[in-house]
Amino acid sequence: MKDAKANVLVGLFMLFGVVAFVYLAMQVSGLAFNEKSNGYTIQAHFDDIGGLTDRAKVTIAGVTVGRVESIEYDKQYYMAKVTMSIDSTVDNIPTDSAIAILTSGLIGEKYLGISIGAEEDVLKDGDEIYDTQSALVLENLIGQFLMSAGGDE
Amino acid sequence: MKTIYLAIHKYIESVGRAGVFLFQSLFRLPVRWDEAIRLYLKQIYSVGVLSLIIIMVSGAFIGMVLALQGYSILTSYGSESAVGQLLALTLLRELGPVVTGLLFAGRAGSALTAEIGLMKTTEQLSSYEMMGIDPLRRVIAPRLLAGVTCMPILAIIFSAVGIWAGMLVSVQWLGVDEGSFWSSMQQSVYFDTDIMNGVIKSLVFAIAVVWIAVYQGYVCQPTSEGIGRATTRTVVLGSLAILGLDFLLTAAMFGDF
Amino acid sequence: MEVYVDVKNLSFHRGDRAIYEDITLQIPKGKITAVMGPSGVGKTTLLRLIGGQVEASSGSITVAGLDVAQASRKELFEARRKMGMLFQSGALFSDMSVYENVALPLQEHTDFDEAMIRDIVLMKLQSVGLRGAAYLMPAELSGGMARRAALARAIALDPDLVMYDEPFAGQDPISKGVLVELIKRLNRAANITSVLVSHDVEESLSIADHVCLLSAGRVILAGTPDEVRQSSDPRVVQFLQGQADGPVGFHYPAPNYEAQLLEA
Repeated sequence: MKDAKANVLVGLFMLFGVVAFVYLAMQVSGLAFNEKSNGYTIQAHFDDIGGLTDRAKVTIAGVTVGRVESIEYDKQYYMAKVTMSIDSTVDNIPTDSAIAILTSGLIGEKYLGISIGAEEDVLKDGDEIYDTQSALVLENLIGQFLMSAGGDE
Repeated sequence: MKTIYLAIHKYIESVGRAGVFLFQSLFRLPVRWDEAIRLYLKQIYSVGVLSLIIIMVSGAFIGMVLALQGYSILTSYGSESAVGQLLALTLLRELGPVVTGLLFAGRAGSALTAEIGLMKTTEQLSSYEMMGIDPLRRVIAPRLLAGVTCMPILAIIFSAVGIWAGMLVSVQWLGVDEGSFWSSMQQSVYFDTDIMNGVIKSLVFAIAVVWIAVYQGYVCQPTSEGIGRATTRTVVLGSLAILGLDFLLTAAMFGDF
Repeated sequence: MEVYVDVKNLSFHRGDRAIYEDITLQIPKGKITAVMGPSGVGKTTLLRLIGGQVEASSGSITVAGLDVAQASRKELFEARRKMGMLFQSGALFSDMSVYENVALPLQEHTDFDEAMIRDIVLMKLQSVGLRGAAYLMPAELSGGMARRAALARAIALDPDLVMYDEPFAGQDPISKGVLVELIKRLNRAANITSVLVSHDVEESLSIADHVCLLSAGRVILAGTPDEVRQSSDPRVVQFLQGQADGPVGFHYPAPNYEAQLLEA
């Protein structure tokens, strides 16, 4: 009898552990299990990614529509090649859309923002966005400001 | 010179004995599986279920304190919504596994040492041997396995309760926007690098602490002072092992900048 | 006389201290042998040596034909099924009831079903008079009852050899009487070889068929209880009569008394 009661408690304990684990996985890390499977990948080359990381979000009009899959250095063009996965429901991004590396807040993290173009054709799996705008690097900005300030005189 | 040599020799020998002890406990398969499972569940009860309250209460308090501290600093940069991120990362990566490990060493580890030490002192371990029953298989193995199972579960519960309590403090009391609290957390917490690494950490800590605890009980001097000393040693060695291993694991997991 | 346990030229050291030096003794089959001697002479160690729990420095111990020191782990565990041991403290498993304690060796070493085990356990408990206490926990038993319960556990597998470690120590006269009676009855009824380690002279001599007296790591006398009683060896006489001073000195070895007093 005593054993049976202990076993119920052990069962509850284990169950509680599983619930806590699922809670952490879903609510805390925002893991969605169908995230990877349905999506198509597109690429973009940037002069400077300035702190963009894997799994950074990709947004259109501020809404997250995908994530960065990988970032690598493209030896041929001396540029950074960013591969991202876009939600398959967002299947009407024009081919002449532009993509920029943006920053959330003053010290927040980097993410990608797509500005919609006007072309009829839409991006397919493996396509590339050619109109890219690199990250704003603070040092470069200050440099440019000083140069332009110098030029005025 | 000779004494130093002898001391090192003795130290290496005791490490070796502890290793053989672990090996023998885990690789002697039970004869009766139903009995083995029953003993294992019984130990999960005394090691895991009985540690649950202290783990949950500590988790809640630590979560609430983190939220308060984090808020008071972050609010001066106007980024108090990042309190969710701070809370989740601190708990999942560090405090969950480490504090659970330390509490576990104090609560369950010392109890294991004292229990096994008492069994040795009252000749119960000898009695198993004389009965032709291997005490390593019957007494030590279920405790080792139960401890190693329970600690990651406890660490997960600790983190979950901490995050939840921290959320209550930030959102209900300090007035952080609930949406941005969760989104800042979800953007920065990754399932594999954060949650799974935390679980791996607590698994490693569990092996270290439970191993130390049962071994200290098994080799303690069979007197009341002997049990007392062994219990103290379990808590001290267990805690140090956790903190040392934590540094190594953190360096291995998050150190490659 | 058929020998069950044969100890030959046995030496045993704990650290630098010699517990036994070159002792030789025989334990006859089917008889009660009392091994007696003052505290600290290592009587319990002898039982552990016979059970193969500790290893001798030199010499051999043969139990029913098996050399314990040379035996493999498996052979040793096999041999122990034929041995029962009553520990000084009883050593009942504190997390199990009396019933479960007695049932454990049966569950581990036999293929009997639950009903069969139950019958055997109740029989064994009946023989030590504790059938009514079957469902008590060890903590609820008195010292004498714990020892009787442990005895029931020790004989659960019907062993050929039962070893008693100080069965009378710290018992009231009634419990002592009960234990003497039980040991005697068990030995007669099942023809069990019994080894009794004790320093209780009266009880031991009253039930033993054969007595070994140990002192300072050696056997000083082996014989029947009558031979022991009639011995004129001063060491035996001192032990039997409980004299404070004699071959075993009253004083622990010390430097000269007067010299030490005058030292400072």
